[in-house]
Amino acid sequence: MKKMNSNWLKSGTPWIWLTGGAVAVSLVMVIGLLFLIAIRGLGQFWPTEIISFEYKQGDQTKTLLGEVADQETVQRERLQALGIKVPGEEEWITRYLLKIGNRDQGHPDFVWVEKLLMGDVSTPPDACVIERDEWGNFYGYLQSFSDQNTTVKGQDLWKRVQKSIARRLELSRQIKEIEKHQIGKINAQVEQLRLEKRRLELDNVTDEAAYTEIKRRRSLLDKKYQSLQRTLADLYQKVKRDSIVVMTSDGKEVTLPIAKVRRIYQPNRMSTLDKIGFYFTKMEEFITDDPREANTEGGIFPAIFGTALMVMLMSIIVTPFGVIAAVYLHEYAKKGPLTRTIRIAVNNLAGVPSIVYGVFGLGFFVYLIGGRVDQIFFPEALPAPTFGTPGLLWSSLTLALLTLPVVIIATEEGLSRIPRTIREGSLALGATKAETLWRTVLPMTTPAMMTGLILAVARAAGEVAPLMMVGVVKLAPSLPIDDNYPFLHLDRKFMHLGFHIYDVGFQSPNVEAARPLVYATAFVLVVLIVALNLLAIKIRNRLREKYITQAQ
Amino acid sequence: MSDNTYKKILPDRNDPRTLRRQRLRDLKDRLFKGSMALGGISVIIAVMLIFFYLFYVVIPLFYPAEVKEKGRYDFNQVLNGSPLFLAMEEYGEIGISVDDAGHITFFHVDDGSVVSQQTLELGSRVASAGSSDPSKASFALGLANGSMILARHIYKISYPNDARLITPDLVFPLGEEPVEIDSDKKTLTHIAVQLNEEQITVAAVTDDGRLLLNRFLTDDSFEDEEEAEFEKETNNIDLGTLKVAKIRLDIDQDELYVLTDTGDLLYFNISDLEEPELLDRVAVAATGEKVSAMEFLNGGISMLVANDKGEISQWFPVADENNKNKLHEIRSFQLGNDPITAISPEYFRKGFIAGDTDGKIGVFYTTSQRTLLVKPISNHSIVQLAISPRGKKILMLDTQNQANILDVVNEHPEVSWYSIWGKVWYESRKQPEYIWQSSSASNDFEPKFSLMPLTVGTLKAAFYAMLFAVPLAIMGAVFTAYFMSPQMRNVVKPTIEIMEALPTVILGFLAGLWMAPLVEKNLPGIFMIIILTPVAVLLASFVWIKLPAHIRHRFPEGWEAALLVPVVIAVMFFAMALSHPVESLLFENDMPHWITTHLGLDFDQRNSLVVGIAMGFAVIPTIFSISEDAIFSVPKHMTVGSLALGATPWQTLVRVVILTASPGIFSALMIGLGRAVGETMIVLMATGNTPIMDFNIFQGFRALSANIAVEMPESEVASTHYRVLFLAALVLFLFTFVFNTIAEVVRQRLREKYSSL
Repeated sequence: MKKMNSNWLKSGTPWIWLTGGAVAVSLVMVIGLLFLIAIRGLGQFWPTEIISFEYKQGDQTKTLLGEVADQETVQRERLQALGIKVPGEEEWITRYLLKIGNRDQGHPDFVWVEKLLMGDVSTPPDACVIERDEWGNFYGYLQSFSDQNTTVKGQDLWKRVQKSIARRLELSRQIKEIEKHQIGKINAQVEQLRLEKRRLELDNVTDEAAYTEIKRRRSLLDKKYQSLQRTLADLYQKVKRDSIVVMTSDGKEVTLPIAKVRRIYQPNRMSTLDKIGFYFTKMEEFITDDPREANTEGGIFPAIFGTALMVMLMSIIVTPFGVIAAVYLHEYAKKGPLTRTIRIAVNNLAGVPSIVYGVFGLGFFVYLIGGRVDQIFFPEALPAPTFGTPGLLWSSLTLALLTLPVVIIATEEGLSRIPRTIREGSLALGATKAETLWRTVLPMTTPAMMTGLILAVARAAGEVAPLMMVGVVKLAPSLPIDDNYPFLHLDRKFMHLGFHIYDVGFQSPNVEAARPLVYATAFVLVVLIVALNLLAIKIRNRLREKYITQAQ
Repeated sequence: MSDNTYKKILPDRNDPRTLRRQRLRDLKDRLFKGSMALGGISVIIAVMLIFFYLFYVVIPLFYPAEVKEKGRYDFNQVLNGSPLFLAMEEYGEIGISVDDAGHITFFHVDDGSVVSQQTLELGSRVASAGSSDPSKASFALGLANGSMILARHIYKISYPNDARLITPDLVFPLGEEPVEIDSDKKTLTHIAVQLNEEQITVAAVTDDGRLLLNRFLTDDSFEDEEEAEFEKETNNIDLGTLKVAKIRLDIDQDELYVLTDTGDLLYFNISDLEEPELLDRVAVAATGEKVSAMEFLNGGISMLVANDKGEISQWFPVADENNKNKLHEIRSFQLGNDPITAISPEYFRKGFIAGDTDGKIGVFYTTSQRTLLVKPISNHSIVQLAISPRGKKILMLDTQNQANILDVVNEHPEVSWYSIWGKVWYESRKQPEYIWQSSSASNDFEPKFSLMPLTVGTLKAAFYAMLFAVPLAIMGAVFTAYFMSPQMRNVVKPTIEIMEALPTVILGFLAGLWMAPLVEKNLPGIFMIIILTPVAVLLASFVWIKLPAHIRHRFPEGWEAALLVPVVIAVMFFAMALSHPVESLLFENDMPHWITTHLGLDFDQRNSLVVGIAMGFAVIPTIFSISEDAIFSVPKHMTVGSLALGATPWQTLVRVVILTASPGIFSALMIGLGRAVGETMIVLMATGNTPIMDFNIFQGFRALSANIAVEMPESEVASTHYRVLFLAALVLFLFTFVFNTIAEVVRQRLREKYSSL
């Protein structure tokens, strides 16, 4: 027995197991992390039951209505320090974080409640969740509906309210259409005219005709604008018509204008099928909507759009340069200490912190080049900078520089995997070196270039630190692509998924309310990046197999 | 095949069409080559540009100051007596000169032409002059009849015809008539004054040696009146037999400095005028030296004392252990060896200029302890010096009444190599310290640009991350490359490599919002996981060999890691479940609190432990992947040989494989370290970002990268702060450059070695 034990030690088996343990720990961490993000990110769209109970604290008793968002156990002393007395002797007290909403009613929308202080918990079927444009969710019981002439109660109430909300959403869509597109277009044209006029002044044009022409066009626009304003006022009047009365958990009746209500539902009444339907509606809303309320509600569409556009622009810039540099290094540059140094430098650049690229981008692209560009091409807009301020173009350029080494290294690897025989065959048949490269080698390297590009895209999509300096903002008023000339606005600031996570998670005034959205955004980003990486790995593996067989 | 058919297929070699085509192909080939070379080289140059651009932005920080002589003229056209006071307005266009005959002259600084002149109705001889803090633009003249007059020079700026026009004017806060200071009507031989909206304080010394204190408080009840009314408080300080050489009042009107003719500096607190208190008395001149000039630095905290040996020393009060303010000599500067005659502090920075009897001037900066310039300007002794508020122009007057106008370029005096990396004794601090505090709302703020706390923060983060990552990554790499079955390896390696692609913003967000509170609430559980996991793994291996053989044989070799996954998960759950009971049992219910009270360590929620784990997570895949490659590519014949000679797999691993792969593992470590040093989002989100200097695992820090991310968007372009942030980026760049280059060189060596094996 003893001998066996000492053998066990001597054989080194325990140490082997220990190294195996390291792998196990790493695997558990990676998979656990992905699970954590997936569960938290996907779980938040599911309609949670609303619970109602009496909460006794000291002499006060309140009736609370809301959904459980979190739970924890805390030391009794901590609660006592907060002035909360809990009966019993237990040292560790369980408490729940309850989302009670109704932030406009003078209390925070999240409260901690101790399990021991909660009375009987019920799930009232009538309890409603009302999603609003402002102030977050409202929890309560629907009492009546009014459209200024009639008041509806009882049976038809629910249907009537749903109809009114549908009407309101349609009206809001029209309002948004006018405000964002039509008036936006007029504003863009007015700004264009202002710049034209300034340009004339800068060029010392004294011809009065040019100025009157501008004035004439301006007055036309003004007229259009006024008529739109009238339509808008009309729509606003219409949307204000309806309102509902809702009773809060403590019996207070609150009148809510339908104009601010986005949706009303009763989660305790929903069947599983309803819930699944609701789940997917919410998910779609999250992907396709604009954010609301300092990014703590609504969707992330502009962030997805901004990320995608920036990454596309970056790919257009980085691919040719990366490939050219790789071809030069691998095919044309003489092998020697210089090439080796360059290769070390390129490898090194892959390891330079991204923040350094951000600093460089801000100083060099934005202030130096952007400032120069403004002076030469956009003097009429000065002192307001056009390109002399962080924006989409500079972000794409900075990230292109950042991902250049990735593309170079991947393409070079691809080039070195092409069997010599292929090159020699082509040359022997009389093709020039350029023809060999262009017709045989480069097409065969395409998968490697793709791998490099995909890896570059994955890296760029997840990079935040440099973007914080060269063009990302927490809330961009408009997308970088719209229907105003020149359609693609390279000078605009944009939103980005990664920065959205940072901003909403850390700069938000209401972290509790924002947290589920951050997890969901993180999930979207992780899915995107993991998918891109898996794709890259797949292409790379296929490529390797292909050349192994060819080389044989 | 006959010759003819061959010709039909291929065109004739000498056919002009073929030749043309051939030439075109050659041209294309050359063009292709040229464009590739051009493109490739320009990409590489662009990449080098990063380094050089950073360097180019940083280097002006270390430039010395420059002065250019812009003009010289006879100042007698302005002056009617000997000059007492000289100053310039904001743009350095108009100057004011006050002489001992009571003439106040506004003149164009560049050519000395007079703008306007005013003679004060004084009724007595001017016996002394004193000026307020430069930002208050006021001066006082002490008269021979015990009165004084206080005036303030103001400038109205208008833009007629789009050109700047500056109209100077004088206002008299205490009235145009001289105000009585000494009821005995003795000559005021020294005078010092400070004023603000609420009160005006005047300190004066009479020719019979009395030190008089007067304070005029604005009376609010007369607010509507044209001329403000004042309530007056008076007191005097008995100086005994001391002879006064100079007196100065600080801008807050709380402190009075009196210099005696024996070189002693008396430091009074006069915030309560009724009870002036002598706080300290020090000898500021050594024996054989004489104090020749004395002036406040901007902000009214530091006193600059210059002597006749060309030395200027900075003194300021420092609280001692009894919290009493005592004067300390902080640092000193040397202009030359001649007596210094004039000192003029900058308006908004902690710099000053000084002139001496030899006609030299010097430009200095206190915080960074820099002598930015020493330059002889005149052949005669300098009498008066004035610097424009923006510090761009110097007006200098010598004994021959020659005025010299100098343009100054002095953009970044605030930092020096020493102030960035060394301890600096900042104003109002008890001792020299490393501090990073780049901005504040106050105007006379002393920026504290020490990169030490940030560098230490960066290294601290990297240290804890490596502490967590290195054992896991290298042991994992060893197992994956050497023991793991190929099928499992095909899954495990990509999984861990995907980790590398995970955006760090997600890791940072999870660390800050999910893990930090979790760790704080379950601290004993976290430590138990760290300790128990290896124990449990060893235990599992022991149990495994005790299992009957038929169970063991069901699992092929190389799947140990998979078997251990449930063990690891079980340990985690076990430790977390026991966390609270253990906390109750051992740590008085609250481990963070226990750490603070029993170990004396501060505890932050977002601390280095959290960062270590999160950043370790980000670094593991890098180290794992590279060292796994290195171990895997150790030639098979070496291991097989070792095993054939009877070594156990473990012995083979330790003595042969790891030894051979060690350069690769080393290079993996270097690259991992480089990544940890430069990581931004995790340190930004998972720490409190306070720039402190210690290695306490339970406290946060501020890293270089996070600091850049936080402060860069707010810093003004081309300001000192901006350039210091670029310097921080350059430091990061160099850190990672060094680590990566070492790694790369080692790796290339390794490759050569393998190819020879």
